[in-house]
Amino acid sequence: MGKEKSKSGPLARRPDNSAFKQQRLPAWSPMLTASTVLPFFYLLALICMLLGVWLLLTVQRTQEIKVRDSRLQGNLPRERQRKDLSDPSDPKDLFYLSSLENFHQNLRRYMDSRDDGQMVGRKRSLKSPSSYCKPFDFDANGVPIAPCGAVANSMFNDSFLLTYYTINGPSVVPLLRKGLTWYTDKNIKYRNPKADNQTLAEVFEGTTQPSFWQKPVYRLDPFDPSNNGFINEDLIVWMREAAFPNFKKLYGILYRANKPYTNGLPAGNYSATISYNFPVQYFRGRKELVLTTVSWFGGQNHFLPIAYLVTSSLILLTAVVLTGVWWKFGKDGKNMAE
Amino acid sequence: MTDRHRLAVFMEITQACSRGQLQQGKPRRGPRKRWHSGKESPTLDNRIKTSKYNIFTFLPVNLFEQFQRVANAYFVVLLILQLIPEISSLSWFTTVVPLVLVLVITAVKDATDDYFRHKSDQQVNNRKSQVLIRGSLQKEKWMNVRVGDIIKLENNQFVAADILLLCSSEPYGLCYVETAELDGETNLKVRQALSVTSDLGDVSKLHDFDGEVICEPPNNKLDKFTGTLNWRGNKYSLDNEKILLRGCILRNTEWCFGMVIFAGLQTKLMQNCGKTKFKRTSIDKLMNTLVLWIFAFLICMGVIMAIGNTVWEIWVGRSFEMFLPWAEFQSSAVFSGFLTFWSYIIILNTVVPISLYVSVEVLRLGHSFFINWDVKMYNSQTDTAAVARTTTLNEELGQVEFIFSDKTGTLTENIMVFNKCSINGTTYGDVYDEFGHRVEITEKTACVDFSFNLLSDGSFKFYDNTLVEAVKQKDPAVHEFFRLLALCHTVMPEESEGKLVYQAQSPDEGALVTAARNFGFAFCARTPESVTVCEMGHAVTYQLLAILDFNNTRKRMSVIVRDEEGRIKLYCKGADTIIFDLLDPSSKDLVYTTSEQLNYFAGEGLRTLALAYKELDEEYCDVWMKKFLFLSSVLESREDQLAALYEEIEQGMKLLGATAIEDKLQEGVPETISRLNLADIKIWVLTGDKQETAVNIAYSCNMLRDDTTEVFVVSGHTLMEVQQQLRRAKEHILSLSRVSDTGDDEKNDMYGDDSVFEEAIIAEYALVINGHSLAHALEPPLEVLFLDLACLCKSVICCRVTPMQKAQVVELVRRHKRAVTLAVGDGANDVSMIKTSHIGVGISGQEGMQAVLASDFSFAQFRCLQRLLLVHGRWSYFRMSSFLSYFFYKNFAFTLVHFWYGFFCGFSAQDVNDQNSLRHPSLYKSGQSHLLFNKRQFFLCTLHGITTSFLLFFVPYGAFSVMVKEDGSQLSDQQTLAVTIATSLVIVVSVQIGLDTHYWTGVNHLFVWGSLTMYFVVLFAMQSDGLFGIFPNTFSCVGASRNCLSETSVWLVILLTTAVCIVPDLFIRSIRVNLFPTQTDKLRRLQQSRKKQRPQEQNLRRVRRTSSRRSAYAFSHQQGFGELITSGKNMRANRISSTCSYERTAPSSNFIDNVIKRTNAVSCVSFGSPNKHQSNTE
Repeated sequence: MGKEKSKSGPLARRPDNSAFKQQRLPAWSPMLTASTVLPFFYLLALICMLLGVWLLLTVQRTQEIKVRDSRLQGNLPRERQRKDLSDPSDPKDLFYLSSLENFHQNLRRYMDSRDDGQMVGRKRSLKSPSSYCKPFDFDANGVPIAPCGAVANSMFNDSFLLTYYTINGPSVVPLLRKGLTWYTDKNIKYRNPKADNQTLAEVFEGTTQPSFWQKPVYRLDPFDPSNNGFINEDLIVWMREAAFPNFKKLYGILYRANKPYTNGLPAGNYSATISYNFPVQYFRGRKELVLTTVSWFGGQNHFLPIAYLVTSSLILLTAVVLTGVWWKFGKDGKNMAE
Repeated sequence: MTDRHRLAVFMEITQACSRGQLQQGKPRRGPRKRWHSGKESPTLDNRIKTSKYNIFTFLPVNLFEQFQRVANAYFVVLLILQLIPEISSLSWFTTVVPLVLVLVITAVKDATDDYFRHKSDQQVNNRKSQVLIRGSLQKEKWMNVRVGDIIKLENNQFVAADILLLCSSEPYGLCYVETAELDGETNLKVRQALSVTSDLGDVSKLHDFDGEVICEPPNNKLDKFTGTLNWRGNKYSLDNEKILLRGCILRNTEWCFGMVIFAGLQTKLMQNCGKTKFKRTSIDKLMNTLVLWIFAFLICMGVIMAIGNTVWEIWVGRSFEMFLPWAEFQSSAVFSGFLTFWSYIIILNTVVPISLYVSVEVLRLGHSFFINWDVKMYNSQTDTAAVARTTTLNEELGQVEFIFSDKTGTLTENIMVFNKCSINGTTYGDVYDEFGHRVEITEKTACVDFSFNLLSDGSFKFYDNTLVEAVKQKDPAVHEFFRLLALCHTVMPEESEGKLVYQAQSPDEGALVTAARNFGFAFCARTPESVTVCEMGHAVTYQLLAILDFNNTRKRMSVIVRDEEGRIKLYCKGADTIIFDLLDPSSKDLVYTTSEQLNYFAGEGLRTLALAYKELDEEYCDVWMKKFLFLSSVLESREDQLAALYEEIEQGMKLLGATAIEDKLQEGVPETISRLNLADIKIWVLTGDKQETAVNIAYSCNMLRDDTTEVFVVSGHTLMEVQQQLRRAKEHILSLSRVSDTGDDEKNDMYGDDSVFEEAIIAEYALVINGHSLAHALEPPLEVLFLDLACLCKSVICCRVTPMQKAQVVELVRRHKRAVTLAVGDGANDVSMIKTSHIGVGISGQEGMQAVLASDFSFAQFRCLQRLLLVHGRWSYFRMSSFLSYFFYKNFAFTLVHFWYGFFCGFSAQDVNDQNSLRHPSLYKSGQSHLLFNKRQFFLCTLHGITTSFLLFFVPYGAFSVMVKEDGSQLSDQQTLAVTIATSLVIVVSVQIGLDTHYWTGVNHLFVWGSLTMYFVVLFAMQSDGLFGIFPNTFSCVGASRNCLSETSVWLVILLTTAVCIVPDLFIRSIRVNLFPTQTDKLRRLQQSRKKQRPQEQNLRRVRRTSSRRSAYAFSHQQGFGELITSGKNMRANRISSTCSYERTAPSSNFIDNVIKRTNAVSCVSFGSPNKHQSNTE
């Protein structure tokens, strides 16, 4: 009320004299002067340099073995190799990664060909998959496919087995096939349809498996019934589509509860047994098995440390140029003279 | 209505008048036709319409207009594309929602604008006027007035339509009108009815009036009218002197009757209004071009993508078909490529997101609010704040190169003030303190107390007490001085509300007579043969023997009077140069001192007049009077002979002194003009007023100075003359500048082009051109020459121009110069100019509102213009440019950025504070040359954006292609990559905006940090469990950011990306600031170092002129009223002030009438007294 009253005087239309309306807000106006820019450049160069060196040292400690051969394409399931993969100082896990090349998981039509509503366990979507899944939504008889879509249909289904040749004879290296996924994927994004006192097979009744699959979705893991259906970890890993045509997917983690694997793989002879299911020759692709250790900053990645070092030296170079320029021209501020 | 007494008005359709032909559809070479515009054409009412839409046409018309914008059409095409599911890569509502939003916002704005136009139309249309219907006067709305109606006007009313004056309350059917609204002239004009109709001043007689008017078709010539009146079998020719035009104000006349000839849109005022154009800023146009380019770019990208896709499908996709079979319709790789093309067009459309347009509009709206809020553009006297009436032109304010200004009411207040005088060698008017120093006169300076004088005018202000003392001490020279002022003029006295009011033909005269009145010599009454002056309280009547009237060659006027003692005196006032030649040699010393003082007055920018008198002996006077009377009846070359006779008697006068009148400029005008000049803005004055006045005002407001090398006056009457004058002036300038740099002769020859010279000219020139010359100069063969010359001159003054010519001048500059023009004016005569220019500014707070209604910006005083241009304009332009550069940068950097981000960027650019903007007008120049945002700038920021996007993509690519997450789970999936790139992008552009921000206020911090926070909030919200739970297919990225942003390596990638993107830019910036600082940079540094010091106020006040350039008189440009007075035509009864009595009996029937009338108003039978009839009828 008081405000309205004050507005009725002879100066009723006088604008408010507030700092905002008069554009007089207190302001900090920084300037790009030599004294601010040069220290910043040098500091940035130093930081990048230190980060680069540190990353490089870290990366050097990670180890990686690639079992990569054209023979993986053919029918040579056995491969014998001698390699020392143990690093007692690094207690980190050792990972099995399956790597695919030239597989375009990032194609737009491919990526869209899935039904997240189905995979989160919606009953309605289970029986009537989204049209995005075409032509993998219904089979020839009109039975809905679960999980539908091109992504699920082309799921990677090779299996690896690593054998360690000790003095006592060959022993299969124990492998953890769980904990491969993000927590959110396993617990939120993928859910099986709710089943009250029904077995998984009953829940999925009325649907059929994708045409490329050898077994239905509720029987993907013969050993662990809780790892079946849409929450099968291999399925989840596959469904997280890679950004580039060459990609690696986590296959398993070395189980280190028992000797001699408590410190990773001991040095010795190993062989990898690969059951070949996933054909790559159609798309001129290649497969790889990668065994790697990781550091705090992930797997073996030389790009980042090198990039940091290069950036650092470039910044240093510009800083030096800038210093020279400033020394020669701008020091006495004569360019600034009016 | 049917009974309405309506007369016939015919318009002649001749070959020359295309308008009539068009309406009639007559063949071009047809015979002379009469076009009846009375009863048969009901459309010819007085309604005016400036609005664009009505309720039904609004939607289609408005939509049609909006889709003419390239961008809007483009989005509709996109929308259609997105509706095709096979190629749609984004859902259709991503386009439709913002598009509808934009359309709705624009439509609402247009609707509001039009609503206000409707309202103002309605207000004008609903004004009441009295129309003669069924033999009696009835109130009728303006819009219902028809052609042929007879209407009655009263004093101080606006004339409703173009009417033929039939009769008036004044004798001889005279009436006075003020035409300031029409042509900017301030002196009253006389209009006289035909003598046959002047005694129709009675409703019943008017009812019987059945004249027929044949006239020319509607046109926009204000000073010409031809037609004939057929009445009772006679033909009477009609000219402009018998016509009252719409927009005039009736003054000094109690009432008058007129017959409507042109109504509504056919009136000369409306014909002069020009067309309302849809105004667009140059940045708008540039943006349109850029959108087209970007569209071309998009198509290129799409084609590249399509070819890529085709090749890929053939080489890779075919083998991949097992996992992803082609759809049925996708029969071939080529077709797939074709579809890909369209999909990419859609995906990449965010390069020109619709948010650009929304943001630009929002930004402009914000600026408009800042303009409305600016307390420094608020005028407390009239309680008017600046109003941005159009919200789409703000940034153009920062690019103005030409200002076209009206004079009256815009530069000047249209008030004449008696400021100083010199009497017998002593100057009065300055105030001195006790030490003898001159004191600047301000509002607070004590005024002289005129309470001793009962007749004084309260509004008159004078500050020098010594003059009053001199009057009180009966200094004979001072008394004679004021007696002269009270006698020698053509002012008419009038009594209104018990007070004496003067009606002067020109405001100068009014000021002089008012001054005399306040100093005790009040002019009270006049008859054709006498003048009554109340001298120091005593009424004295002088017998008026002759008025030697003013004209342009004489530049003086005199009166010959006989005082009560029988002495005969001649009083003369006029231009000093003329008067000094006519003086008695005995005044030689006085001439010398007065001349000095006149120089001083002129130096102050005052208008001066010299005053002289002479005593005549009886016999000489008798002889002279005989000659005078004889000459009055002579018909041949009467003018010349009279002039010679006048000159004969005006010899050997004694100098009394001089007066100095201030044509009061509006506050701060000279400072504003000098400041705008410093900003390289050319100011042209276009006025309907006469040359003398205009030039004088130009001097006093610093447009012309004494150091102006030469002022060219173009006043030719024929095409050839004008051409010659223009050419000579141009050659003069060019030859001088050639001489001045003789050393560079070869260079000059090499360029040969005149435009190169423009910069080289150091000397200052000015051009003064008259209306009739301008008419020739604006014709196609001369217009380029005229423009060249005008642009070589520093100031251009066009006098006596019609409203349409004003618009033509503006149009000429617009067409040939590609510069942003701004027109500022206050009256209806400026409307066309305001509409034609890029930016129209109306001065509000005056009487008429037409200018304001047609304008884009309005405020109360001219001085606000500097703030509007130099502060708001510059900031707007700067902000808009920064915003656009940044926006394009951002969009090219990564087309998929959330669109809210663009909204706040505009707030981040304010580089130099307002005081410094005003103190350094040269900062403004960058806008004129479109320095801050042009195509080059666009390419640079596009390039910058592309580079950034390249880095933004490939750094994470390099890092991710071999990356494994810490817990072994994969990190190179598409969603993680998207989150990383988006986060890097947001951080990079935030840092970039930080670098672009010169002025960090709380708002900036709020928005920059707020937007970063917003980004993360929205990111996490979009990927939250809840949203996924509801729409699993839409928000399928659940958990991506949670998983990837918790990773150290992701942050390392982001850090690296940011560093790599920012450092090159920072490097270039600091190199530029250090090596090639712009003026802004310099000033910012200065501003920083001087932060604590208050900036001293720059002294831009008017430099005192030293030379003897004096401006004389501002009487009328025409013959004065002298003849009217001596003939007694304009005398009216009740003008006699009651304070003065009539001792003398004037031998005039008129005067006797007056006396009788005073005693018995009803039974009056004077020839010019329609009062009786009126009182009967009413």
